[in-house]
Amino acid sequence: MNVLVYLLPMALFIGLGALGAFLWSLKSGQYDDLEGAAVRILNDDDLPPEERPHKQDQSQDK
Amino acid sequence: MAEMIDLSLFVQHREDGAVFVELAVDGITGPDAIHEIEGGLERIDGVLDARLNYTNHRVKVAWKADQLDPAIFLTTLKDLGYRAYPHIVRSEEEAEARKEKWLLRCLGIAGFASMNIMLLSISVWAGNASEMSIETRDMFHWISALIALPTIGYAGQPFFRSAFAALRERRLNMDVPIVVAIILAMVMSVYETLNHAQNAYFDSGVMLLFFLLCGRTLEQAMRRKTRAVAGNLAALKSETAYRLDENGQAVLVPVGALQPNDKILVRSGERVPVDGLVVQGTSQIDESMVTGETLPRNIETGATVYAGSSNYGGAITVQATAIGEDTLLDEIERLLEKASSSKSRYIQLADRVGSAYAPVIHTTALITLCIWLMLGASFHDAILTAVAVLIITCPCALALAVPVVQVVASGNMFRAGLLLNAGDAIERLAKVDTVVFDKTGTLTLPELQVANRNDIPADLLEIAARLAISSHHPLSAAVATEAKECQPYDQVEEIAGEGVRAIVNGQEARLGSYGFCGFSEADTHALLKDESISIVAIAYGAQRALLAIHQALRPDAVATLQALRKFGIHDIRIMSGDRPEAVRSIADKLGVADWHGSMKPADKIRAIEELQTKGASVLMVGDGLNDAPALAAASVSLSPISASNLAQVHADAVFLGDRLMPVFQALATARKARSLMRQNLGFALLYNLVAVPLAFLGHVTPLVAALAMSGSSLVVTLNGLRVRRQVGVGTKAQEAGTVKETLINGPLESSV
Repeated sequence: MNVLVYLLPMALFIGLGALGAFLWSLKSGQYDDLEGAAVRILNDDDLPPEERPHKQDQSQDK
Repeated sequence: MAEMIDLSLFVQHREDGAVFVELAVDGITGPDAIHEIEGGLERIDGVLDARLNYTNHRVKVAWKADQLDPAIFLTTLKDLGYRAYPHIVRSEEEAEARKEKWLLRCLGIAGFASMNIMLLSISVWAGNASEMSIETRDMFHWISALIALPTIGYAGQPFFRSAFAALRERRLNMDVPIVVAIILAMVMSVYETLNHAQNAYFDSGVMLLFFLLCGRTLEQAMRRKTRAVAGNLAALKSETAYRLDENGQAVLVPVGALQPNDKILVRSGERVPVDGLVVQGTSQIDESMVTGETLPRNIETGATVYAGSSNYGGAITVQATAIGEDTLLDEIERLLEKASSSKSRYIQLADRVGSAYAPVIHTTALITLCIWLMLGASFHDAILTAVAVLIITCPCALALAVPVVQVVASGNMFRAGLLLNAGDAIERLAKVDTVVFDKTGTLTLPELQVANRNDIPADLLEIAARLAISSHHPLSAAVATEAKECQPYDQVEEIAGEGVRAIVNGQEARLGSYGFCGFSEADTHALLKDESISIVAIAYGAQRALLAIHQALRPDAVATLQALRKFGIHDIRIMSGDRPEAVRSIADKLGVADWHGSMKPADKIRAIEELQTKGASVLMVGDGLNDAPALAAASVSLSPISASNLAQVHADAVFLGDRLMPVFQALATARKARSLMRQNLGFALLYNLVAVPLAFLGHVTPLVAALAMSGSSLVVTLNGLRVRRQVGVGTKAQEAGTVKETLINGPLESSV
């Protein structure tokens, strides 16, 4: 049963850590623009121009 | 647009000393817009950062105070192909967003707590089956209590508040039994833990809370989303006005920045931005938005004009009056107050069920207690069983069933181009058996159109249309929409009160009044037989023609009314403020026998209330300022997006686009949603029929409670999702198109 002495606090702290992360992300407005976050990863302006895919492919499906 | 708008009213301060504005952006069609807009704005000297919210279509731009004029943002975005307009966060929208965050916080905490308590509970259940020392079990229970009690105290607040509010008004709602069950579960669990008992219900209570919060949060998220879209549309619709400063200089300002007693210049063809008194100039104004009357009214100095009417004639100066100073608005406000109070009497289905349900389960628990006592059980055991009955009958499935259906149904409506203002509107829509339409702007399109375009030679019509682009007259706007090539002619001369003329291919072309183009009054008689028609003439060399301008029916008005009749709604009426002759022609086209013209706001209310006292459930569809009281009085109401602000505020839902079909779709979706709500309520009842005897016999352990509660919640949620499979599937793509197009084009066009 001694194993509980550190297992229980560990489980609780991991849970609390996740809760803290959630509350922090909520407070810092990360849930304000869920759709934007989904499409922002498709932005390729951080790549040099020659590595970007052809633009026509994207502009066609509007 | 060379003129710069004064945006100083919209500038806000940030903690780091920078200032920012929030702009609603129109024309976003894909993810490329993010980079284009943010990049374009950040290239401006002095801009610190720009961040586009892709969900809301709003961009926040921050810059160092006093370094630049924010109006440049609008022109920059315009050059990029986006229309932007400063957005004032309306208080109700802010409140919805705050509430959503609060609920999410509660949900996160309840989620954390239920997971961790379940971790401990499963150990206890396993330990009860094998061997576990009492000390260890107690410790597990105490840790559970340590997590559960603060969680209930914090995350339970949404329910506590609503339940207390209901009790204070001496009625019961769904939250009352929920709160009773949760609190009793906690009290009993603490007591049992003190007595080193085998079972505690901490997990049940917290899990219950988590499921319920899921329902609440979903509901709130949907509400906030529709508010945000509505806010954008309002911002983009907002127009600008020319305010005259002390020196008589006209400055372009957003309408939102206008104050009472400001003097405003309204040029020919513009909309009057505020209610006010004409202090200079004479003109004709079209008040169809305000009163439904389609014939223009002559006004002169001293006359009262209302926001939303269009100036047909010369330029006028209007002095803004405070709201409530003039008679028409006063009258409408007064009627509104009376009408709105009658609507709040509607009690939501969930609350009606809740108020019937709560006494039943509380009685059942009491009976359980008595029977166990009579059968000779100890007081402790009897109480324990009674509390188990309360926990197991806690209307978890009920509280989840209705919101889930509401959320999915309003998502469907959203896709069909309908924005709900009120959550319970779905239930009220489902009961509708009578539909009352306003005519002007509701059954008809808000913009005027050329009625006899097929009788006019195409080349002549094209010349007329391109000439019309250069004219400010509202009738010209209707002609201008016929242009295939949207390019105005060079050197167009406008002759006030007559029309416009220009030299086209070496010949003179004229567009304007019939006299201006060489027609005599007798020529117009044939067309003017139809009283809803106004005439514009075109002359080009030897060719000339009369164009009949009228308010066209919405393209699918006939089909919508047919669909409504097929749906079983036969009582369709038209109540309009316009002249009876104008109403008659529309009513004939639609096959509506029951129509009334020249109705004042009070007449409309009286007619609707008369219907309602006969037991009818009335849906009012209207757009004008004069419709607002009727919209508030009817059981449920819809407005087109082009409606006056006051009408939109009092409508339960707003529909986008030129089509009238959303009215039918609203009713069809609502009916389907109601049947699913009833199914869910039926299932919840069935669940109780099984669970209550179990609890009554004392067989409900925390494990059974956990299985029963999550199982029933899952079933009602999945059933609720079925609203998605829906009426009018074939038009889905088209519906989605409508929303998009309207977001892009609609508000733009209405402000031109």
